[in-house]
Amino acid sequence: MGRAEYLTGKLGGLVLGSCQTAGGVFLLLGDTIRSMFRYKIRWDQLLEQMYFIGIRSQVVVLTTGAFTGAVFAAQVWFQFKRFGMESAIGPTVSIAMCRELGPVLCCLLLAGRVGAAMAAELSSMKITEQVDALRALGVYPVEYLVVPRFLALVLSAPILTAMALVTGIGCGYFVAVKIFGVDGAYYWDNTVKFTDRKDVLIALIKALIFGVIIATIACHKGMNCPPGTAGVGKTTTEAVVNASITLLVVNFFLTVLLNALLYSN
Amino acid sequence: MLKLQGIEKRLGGQAVLRGVDLRVAPSERVVVIGRSGCGKSVMLRIIMGLLPPDAGEVIFEGTKLTGLSEEDWNPYRRKIGMLFQGAALFDSLSVFENLAFPLREAGEKNEKVLGEKVAEALKIVSLSGTERKMPAELSGGMKKRAALARAIIRKPDLMLYDEPTTGLDPIVADSINRLILHLGEMLGMASIVVTHDMVSARMVGDRIAYLHEGKIYFEGTPGQVDRCEDPLVRDFVRGHAEGTGVTG
Repeated sequence: MGRAEYLTGKLGGLVLGSCQTAGGVFLLLGDTIRSMFRYKIRWDQLLEQMYFIGIRSQVVVLTTGAFTGAVFAAQVWFQFKRFGMESAIGPTVSIAMCRELGPVLCCLLLAGRVGAAMAAELSSMKITEQVDALRALGVYPVEYLVVPRFLALVLSAPILTAMALVTGIGCGYFVAVKIFGVDGAYYWDNTVKFTDRKDVLIALIKALIFGVIIATIACHKGMNCPPGTAGVGKTTTEAVVNASITLLVVNFFLTVLLNALLYSN
Repeated sequence: MLKLQGIEKRLGGQAVLRGVDLRVAPSERVVVIGRSGCGKSVMLRIIMGLLPPDAGEVIFEGTKLTGLSEEDWNPYRRKIGMLFQGAALFDSLSVFENLAFPLREAGEKNEKVLGEKVAEALKIVSLSGTERKMPAELSGGMKKRAALARAIIRKPDLMLYDEPTTGLDPIVADSINRLILHLGEMLGMASIVVTHDMVSARMVGDRIAYLHEGKIYFEGTPGQVDRCEDPLVRDFVRGHAEGTGVTG
C-alpha cells in the first residue's frame, strides 16, 4: 500500500469515527429529551446531582470568576490609563465577563470537574455490568442515569455562571477602585449604563447550551466506555477534551448568532 | 417455558453464536458449559434482551421476544432474573437499597413491606443483618449472594446465572451451588446456569448442554455427559488439554 493510500485510509477512518461519535451524541441527546417527557423525573437523583454539580462546584467557579474579573480589570487599567480612559474600565470588564469570560471559563471548569466525574462514574458502572443490571431489572438507563445528570447540569450551569459574573464584576470593581484608585462612582455608573440586560442574557444562554454540550458528551462517553479499567481513563480524558473543544468552537458560532439576533436593530 | 431457535450473533466481526437451539422446561435447571469465549455469556445476554441476536428467535412463555423495543422488553425482564458474573450490585447504594430497588421500580412504596421482603430475601441467602452495608464492604461470595437476593426478590419464573462460582473458593462456591438448588426448589423457577466449573455443573444441572463453536454440540443429563466418549466433551469434562489445541 502506498503512503498516499495509507494516509487517505487513516483520514477516512478519522472522519468516519468522528461522524459516528457525533451521531451517537445527537442520538443520546434526542433520547434524553424524549425520556424527560416519557418517564417521571427522579427528583431524588436530580437533587443529588444538583448538589454535586451546583453546590460542590461553587468554590471553584467563584474563585475563577473572581480572579478572572480581577486580572482583566488590572490589564484593562494598565492599557486604558495611558489614554485617560479609566472610567471605561467598568463596562469593559462587565461586558467581557458577561459575553465571553464568565460563561466560557465557568463552563470549561465544569467540563473538567463535572464532565470528568460523570464520564468516570458512568464508565465504571458500564464496565462492572451495573448498567446491564439496571436494564435487567427493567429500568431504562438513559432515564435513570442520564436524565438527572443532564437536567442538573443544564440547570446549574447558568446559575453558576451568574454567580461567576457577580464575583468577577465585583472583584474587577475592587481592583480598579480600591487598588488602582479609579473613581468608584464613575466606574459603577458607567458599568450600569453600558451593560445591557442582553449581555447578561447572552451569558445565560451560552451557559445553558454549554451545559447541554458537557452533559451529553460526558454521558455519551461514559455509556459507551470500552471494556477494562484502561477504558475508564481513556473515556474520562476524551470526555473532558471533546467537551472543552466543542464548547470553544460552539462559542464562536453562538457569539456570531446571538449578536446577530439580539443586536440586529 | 423458554425456547431458543437458531440464535446467531457476530461480535467484532467474529461469529460467536452460529445457530443455538435450546429448550428449558418449567422448573428445569439447565447448565451450559463450554470453553472460555465460546459465547455462553453472550447467549444469556441475548435471552435477557441485553444484546439483540443477528438471527434466530427467543420465545419465552409463548411470546417471541426478539425484535421487541427496549421498553416492550421490560415486562418480560421482570419475570427473568439474572445473576451477573461480577455481581453488578449498585455500588452507590446499600445492600438494603440494592434489594429494595426492583421492588420500588415495581411500585412498592410501603417501607414496612420493603423491609420485610428485603429481610426475607437476605435470610434465604444467609446474609441477614447486612442491610446497612455498602457493596464495597462485602466479600466476593457475599456480593454474589446479595446480587442473587436482588435477582430473586421479585420471584422470577426464569433465573439466569452467569458464572456464579467463578473466582470463589470451593467452600463459598459450594454454598452458591446449594443456594441455586434451594432457590429452584423453593420458588419453582427454571434456571440456566452458565459455567465452566464441572463440579457446579454436575451438582446443579438437571441437564447439561455443551456449547462449542457457536452451537449446542452435546446435551444430556450429568451422568450422560460424564459417560460421553466424544473427545471434545470428554476432554472438557475431565479438564484435559490434549486435542484441544491448547498447550502450556
